Amino acid sequence: MSQTELASRPAPPSIWHMYRAMVGVGVVCGLLIVSVFQVTLPIIERNKAEALQEAIFHVLPKARTSSTFRLDDEGGFKALDGDGAGERLVYAGYDDSQELVGLAVEAQGMGYQDVIRLIYGYSFAEEAIIGIQVLDSKETPGLGDKIETDPAFLQNFESLDVSLRDDRTELANPIVPVKHGTKTNGWEVDGITGATISSVAIANILNGSAQAWMPRIQNKLTDFKGGE
Amino acid sequence: MATLPKSGTDEFIKGLWKENPVFVQVLGMCPVLAVSNTAMNALAMGLATAFVLVMSNIVVSSLRSFIPKQVRIATYILIIATFVTVVDYLIQAVSLDLYKALGAFISLIVVNCLILGRAEAFASKNTIARSAMDGLGMGIGFAFALFCLGAVREILGNGTLFEAQLFHDSFQNWVVMILPSGGFFTLAGWLLLFNWFKQRKARREHATTLGLSKETV
Amino acid sequence: MHDESLWTIFINASLVNNFVLAYFLGICPFLGVSSKLETASRMGAAVTFVMLVSSICAFGIQALLVAINAPYLKLISFIAVIASTVQLVEMFIKKVSPALFRSLGIFLPLITTNCAILGLALFQTNKGYSFVQCIVYALGAGAGFTLALVLMAGLREKLELAEVPEVTRGTAMALMIAGLLSVAFMGFGGLGS
Repeated sequence: MSQTELASRPAPPSIWHMYRAMVGVGVVCGLLIVSVFQVTLPIIERNKAEALQEAIFHVLPKARTSSTFRLDDEGGFKALDGDGAGERLVYAGYDDSQELVGLAVEAQGMGYQDVIRLIYGYSFAEEAIIGIQVLDSKETPGLGDKIETDPAFLQNFESLDVSLRDDRTELANPIVPVKHGTKTNGWEVDGITGATISSVAIANILNGSAQAWMPRIQNKLTDFKGGE
Repeated sequence: MATLPKSGTDEFIKGLWKENPVFVQVLGMCPVLAVSNTAMNALAMGLATAFVLVMSNIVVSSLRSFIPKQVRIATYILIIATFVTVVDYLIQAVSLDLYKALGAFISLIVVNCLILGRAEAFASKNTIARSAMDGLGMGIGFAFALFCLGAVREILGNGTLFEAQLFHDSFQNWVVMILPSGGFFTLAGWLLLFNWFKQRKARREHATTLGLSKETV
Repeated sequence: MHDESLWTIFINASLVNNFVLAYFLGICPFLGVSSKLETASRMGAAVTFVMLVSSICAFGIQALLVAINAPYLKLISFIAVIASTVQLVEMFIKKVSPALFRSLGIFLPLITTNCAILGLALFQTNKGYSFVQCIVYALGAGAGFTLALVLMAGLREKLELAEVPEVTRGTAMALMIAGLLSVAFMGFGGLGS
């Protein structure tokens, strides 16, 4: 190479320059992310709590306030301060006079396209599910998503029988999906024609959850009473 | 074809039409097609991308003499990932519903070839002001293209635009439009339209240069 | 948290919710890369491998981030891991089989910006899959990606020789084919459940 070419080439950066650039940028980026995170965290938590409250009040129509309970290892339910996160949570709804309206439980399972997440309300008085709300679903628009909009289908969940057997250890009758128009019993879910798999999925999700939770919940009514 | 743009405004305008990232360069559609099934989602996604693009262009441009060539791609990705994380939390704070609809795809903005491409091709070689303009133009062009996509899909697939009913109840929704396939078809349609315009223009210019007296279209 | 069977996860990732045809991920190589059948299958294999490794690393990173309570570092760490994985895979292939390395050429570094890989890491984290579920998910996603790529390449090879309108040549035509493939894959819905 000629002298002029050598002279005009910029000096290759030292390791220090590269290190300085990456670490410097890294630190600044880190600070930016952490500050945005800290600022938005309370807002996000509040949004999530509000959304959950809305869902709870939707499936427990008479409820005005709610409390979160966690299932502990002895099978009892302990109230949590504030909102908890994680597994084995149920939400109790109370009306204006602090009377227990019922419990809201989250459940999920495989639908037609992807996982469906829902929340359902259970009433001790009726020993039945009194409402459901789909929280997350990717079912086919116009077909599978009728599980959220079809009024006849939603009627299934105004009083879905989940009473226990006499020995109080299991559901007396599992929740079963039946063909549209053939529902005769309180624990059956009338399906949607044209959205069979999605509606069957809802029934199965509820059944799975009820089988697991109902025996635990129904025997522990006193844990939930007593307001907040 | 390339004549140097003369001012900052030129940098801005080129991103909107002549060098529109989606319709002309066909860049960076990858992570956004899946969530462009309604006008609102598409617009939100487009604006989020535009935000990251402008911010990263500005930062890359201001650090362009500080970052050695060898580590530039890694540093650019670090910067872009930072702004994407910021946007992610901002959207969560503003609207949980929107966040649920867009989901993980917000994070995928970081691998949008458009942003890295602009950082490498433009921001690393130009002033902050120009880079910002370039980012703004490309970003808005991108958001506009996405909006076209989302609007068509929502109108045909749902009969609504921004959730407002447009057609009479008897309108049969083209459900396929809301499904992924609809995304492919709609984008293909727009590209087709764009190509057609380009070809017509090219033919006219060709005819004029040859000095023909009447247009042969 | 998830009680889907492994088989369901695999079918879901490869067919029902195919990463390319349902989520539009990994389209850049899908549309821009050459339409040769052979390169498509090689690319698919490379991507599957990177997906597998990244999936495992992502699982580990997520566990670590939860432990130190720094969820905001997720994106940056995932990207860093994916980039390093691709780098390592490149060096590994170069050493083990220079011929394969040469034939893959530019594709290898391009995998870094492949949205499908980052998408995989993010999805599996959001769904909270266990370790084994992650592996099956990655394999399914890779298989589906390869399938879509191979189908596309095969179709485009034929298309090169066909007479199509001028305006549709290139990306527009590729997108329409992708759309038709996507519709076809919708027929897999409900499979495996």
